[in-house]
Amino acid sequence: MMPISAFRIFFQTGAWAVLAFLVLPLLIVIPVSLTDTSFIGLPRDGLSLQHYENYLTDREWLSATWTSIWIGVVVASLATALGTAFSIGCWFLSNRASQIARWILIVPILVPPVVQALGFYRFWVQLGLIDTYAGVILAHTLLALPYVSISVFAALANLDRNIIRAARGLGASVWQTTLAVVTPAARPGMMTGFVFAFIVSFDEIVSVLFITVRGVTTLPKMIWEGIQENIDPTIAAVATLLVLLTLIATAIGALRRS
Amino acid sequence: MTQITDNFRYWILIMPALAIMIIFYIYPVLGIWQISVTEPEAGFGNYVRMVDSSAVRTSFLITFRVAAITTVGCLILGYIVAYTIANFASRLTPLMLALVLLPFWVSVLIRSFSWIVLLGRSGLVNDTLRDMGFIDAPLRLMHNELGVLIAMIHVMLPFAILPMLANMRGISDTYVKAARGLGASEWTAFRSVYLPQTLPGVMSGVLLVFVLALGFYITPALLGGGRVLMISEYITYQIQEFLAWGLGSALSVALLIATALVLLIAARFVNLRSILLDRK
Repeated sequence: MMPISAFRIFFQTGAWAVLAFLVLPLLIVIPVSLTDTSFIGLPRDGLSLQHYENYLTDREWLSATWTSIWIGVVVASLATALGTAFSIGCWFLSNRASQIARWILIVPILVPPVVQALGFYRFWVQLGLIDTYAGVILAHTLLALPYVSISVFAALANLDRNIIRAARGLGASVWQTTLAVVTPAARPGMMTGFVFAFIVSFDEIVSVLFITVRGVTTLPKMIWEGIQENIDPTIAAVATLLVLLTLIATAIGALRRS
Repeated sequence: MTQITDNFRYWILIMPALAIMIIFYIYPVLGIWQISVTEPEAGFGNYVRMVDSSAVRTSFLITFRVAAITTVGCLILGYIVAYTIANFASRLTPLMLALVLLPFWVSVLIRSFSWIVLLGRSGLVNDTLRDMGFIDAPLRLMHNELGVLIAMIHVMLPFAILPMLANMRGISDTYVKAARGLGASEWTAFRSVYLPQTLPGVMSGVLLVFVLALGFYITPALLGGGRVLMISEYITYQIQEFLAWGLGSALSVALLIATALVLLIAARFVNLRSILLDRK
């Protein structure tokens, strides 16, 4: 075995230090959520579940959570359907026009959130979509489309075009080929895209702040308003639940990969 | 003939997504330009006010400074992590990767909230330092550029690590081995053989972080406490507090152009297509 060099020690200690910086701040919400006080801080005299109880019994928090979940599922389904069809069409064409189309579809990744929210607001006013679920779903679907189109296209990169020629040569139509040959190949990308799209919608806050008033309240909006107005430990309880959920999902993902 | 009808069918697949993107996204975003030259009155008054305003200049300066420092911070910290994951394989490597991905999937809002809890006046860092007797008065860790930078680097780090890691995983170790065999020290082999090969990954990380940081709103708004007005927050401030739609729109156009310029300049040095379009 090689002696461990200073070079290696530098990188390995450095990497663990950076990872600690990345992860530990997320975990801080756990003890804070268990505080027995009514303000943000570490538990004083003992642990308490009162803030979880508050979250789970508060109508506003629960309805915001539910709103975010169902909007997220609708957005993910719409974005996956539209984005998959789009990517498959572009993959078939593979010409200059289709590449320009792909660039157009990823524009939302690059435009600053406040700028696009401003655009949404003005147009949604004209369309009467302000403070409606349809308005939020439409905005989120647009923001999620880039992620679906990128991941579906990445999944299709390995698909052999000769298989398509074979299918067509044997008499399958474009639609039959799409459904029976291309879509199965795109499936891993569709799944990744669906998850991405759900998370984009579930976490989105800037557009929601611009295009909703009182009628639609999502979970991020509740958290945002809570932080602005008074920081109460219920936010820490919600944050803990979300962090733990992500932790479990990441662990499952890591185990499945290895 | 069949070729033409086939192409027509492919466009039927493409059109729904493309059409809603153009109608409901591209059109309204471009429409911001129109607001900037029509409100409160027709003409370029908003742009004149924008150029004349020292507050706007300060805001743009802060924006570029915060974005630049965030980018450099993410680059250095991220490089160390990516290098270790890619080059020192061990049983812990999957764990390291999972620890990079975990914060990536947690919302920016929650991560910013964690930093508020940590860095606030009576936050956990200040409380702990006081209890241990290191300080008498709380340190100002938040509501200033320091707090914004710490949280921004935290939020952006995965965006730097992931492209660098993807690039490093594709680098063959034969060149470094050859350099070592010829007598180069580990540091020399790293600096003159390995590092140059990682530049494409570094550039994609830098570009992603810088472009995202330029337009960032949530973290600076929460950690800056109104004292670190980056341009995105300045825009909402103009619109929500003063209903200055024209000026807000002019600023948005300026931010949009700044972002586009960064991308255009970057396109001369890196392959934008592989960074943005064909991301894995």
